[in-house]
Amino acid sequence: MAHRHRNFHRSLNRVAQLAAMLWVVMGMAMADDLHVPASVEAGQAFSIPTEGSGQATFYVIGPDHVIKRGVNLGSEIQIQAADVTAAGMYQVLVCSQACSSARFEVKAAQPAKLSFFLHPSRVPVSTPDSIDATTLVFDRYWNLVLAPAAVDFHITPATGAGTSRKLESHNGIAWMRMDSTAHEGPVQVTAALGSAQEPRVIQQVAAEACGLRMKAVPSGKSVVLETDPVRDCSGNPLPDGTVVSFTKVDEAGKSTVDTPIKKGVARTQFDLKGPAHISVACGVVLGNEVAVNGKL
Amino acid sequence: MKWGLVAAITALTAFLVGIAWVQSGGIAQHAMFSAGNPEEAVQALMSEIQARDYPRAYSALDPSSDIDLETFTQDVAGSDSSLRTYSSLQTADISPLHATADEAVVRVRMTWSSAVGSIDDVRDLHVRREGSVWRVVWPKPAVQNVPPQVVSVNYLRWEVIGRNRSQAWGSQDVDSPKVRITSMNAIARPDRVVIVGEVENEDTVPAYLNVNATLLKADGSPLEEEGSFDMISHVLLPKQVSPYRIDFPGIQIAAVKSVRMDARALLVPASADPVIAVSDQQIVKDGLNRNVLKGELVNQSGRPVNIAQVLAAYYDNSGKVIWVSDGYVDQALMPQVAVPFAVDIPDDIAAKLKNYRVIVNHYSRTSS
Repeated sequence: MAHRHRNFHRSLNRVAQLAAMLWVVMGMAMADDLHVPASVEAGQAFSIPTEGSGQATFYVIGPDHVIKRGVNLGSEIQIQAADVTAAGMYQVLVCSQACSSARFEVKAAQPAKLSFFLHPSRVPVSTPDSIDATTLVFDRYWNLVLAPAAVDFHITPATGAGTSRKLESHNGIAWMRMDSTAHEGPVQVTAALGSAQEPRVIQQVAAEACGLRMKAVPSGKSVVLETDPVRDCSGNPLPDGTVVSFTKVDEAGKSTVDTPIKKGVARTQFDLKGPAHISVACGVVLGNEVAVNGKL
Repeated sequence: MKWGLVAAITALTAFLVGIAWVQSGGIAQHAMFSAGNPEEAVQALMSEIQARDYPRAYSALDPSSDIDLETFTQDVAGSDSSLRTYSSLQTADISPLHATADEAVVRVRMTWSSAVGSIDDVRDLHVRREGSVWRVVWPKPAVQNVPPQVVSVNYLRWEVIGRNRSQAWGSQDVDSPKVRITSMNAIARPDRVVIVGEVENEDTVPAYLNVNATLLKADGSPLEEEGSFDMISHVLLPKQVSPYRIDFPGIQIAAVKSVRMDARALLVPASADPVIAVSDQQIVKDGLNRNVLKGELVNQSGRPVNIAQVLAAYYDNSGKVIWVSDGYVDQALMPQVAVPFAVDIPDDIAAKLKNYRVIVNHYSRTSS
């Protein structure tokens, strides 16, 4: 690993030295300029005509690589598609007795890939502006496409009809913010651009408990407490595992049980010593209170 | 000459026997079996417990003690991987409460050192005189026997599947749980500043939580930063609320302009079981005349809980958290068995508190 690391650094140094040397050579012995297109699309092959005769050395200095090869002056120099896949500014040099150079820009190709960020992965129901969907548009070489591109967002809830929104990207980014719906469950959001599709799933979960109620059922010298199905204000059941706190105060003192909801309801049992006052809560939401006379 | 040699060999033998007797605990044993007063008897017993020589300690008990060696050892040394099994007796403070010619009551405050700090165990021991020797009557611990049964547990458990590292940049991951600090109160204590409050897991998944506080000076620069360490329930189930306390020893509140709070939550696998009921909570004075919140813990599941920690939040008239205290229970919580606990409350807090709430942290040797 360390060996590879050293080799990488050595290669970088060589590239830097070569680039510096080329710039010096250019400054000292710049001759006729080469004729290159002002801009080309990433991954597009093209050729550069040359004049004169004899052998020369050809250099391509790109944003992430440098190419060196021998060429025959008087013929066209072929630039392969693989030589110009990274978007950015390129410098080409042909050196024999003197050096000729030119600069051109490689722009991103047509949109072909998407990176899609959907945040958060869980969201309470009926919460405005709670979901962020952000898409970055890339070409097939993972160059950010700065030209506007139309991105379709398809929103498909677990139940009910889906919706779509079409947004144009600016500087490679298309984003939107949306509300969570009133029903819990998974919502699939797919960002699409041409044949590129990136699906994501967001989980809409129940919000805070609403109208929390329990009932007391006598059982000998104790009382069994059971909540009604615990739901939020939109009627969605709170997930199993949500903690419900029961508190009883009687002659023996105060007793508390934090019990998780199982199968939609929370249940516990208290022994009674005299008249008792029992309350229930879920998080910061208080439920009803029950007075038990202790003579069940 | 001949008799001189005999005398010398005899004296040397007696000397060596004496050394062996001392090294084998003869002095302690002698003290135990010849205790001339109740305090000596209790002190000798504590010495044997400190040396973890439970058979010898047991042999020195008064015969009227209705306890066998195994039960005595479990009572003193702990069992079922409880906190007591990881503790050692550090000190034993003895004070006589009552004495007659043949019987006495001696209060012993045993301080056990453990991985989570020192734990006090205060007991009033009866001591009886038999001839000229005083012996301790060790009470039989009240052990609740739960009849054999099958406890039905619908295990609720959350597992987490994270993002595969080989997946492309921008691929989806599951978010950390959303938690909220619902209250915070900075309190000046004589030797420190204490931050107390409560934090709620607002999410629908379990959270592993840490609360940190940074005290800021008047110019906004940090004065000190601390975390809640074990004064919080780190694993919070959905909608569960935990008190927290953060201590800043040696800081005066006059030097603090503001406090920056930071609650960090991680998504972790967790189980909703066991459920531990906290029953019969009362604020009373203990044997040392301290204010304590006492009660009982009942493990409502079917598996033992090895170590339990009680966290209590105290509120004033306006519902503000004014103190948080904790206490470890050195007995294991066996299923359906009530285990007593007591948590200290400072006197000034006890005078102001209007209400309180208790939650239980639990640690089990086997993963659930």
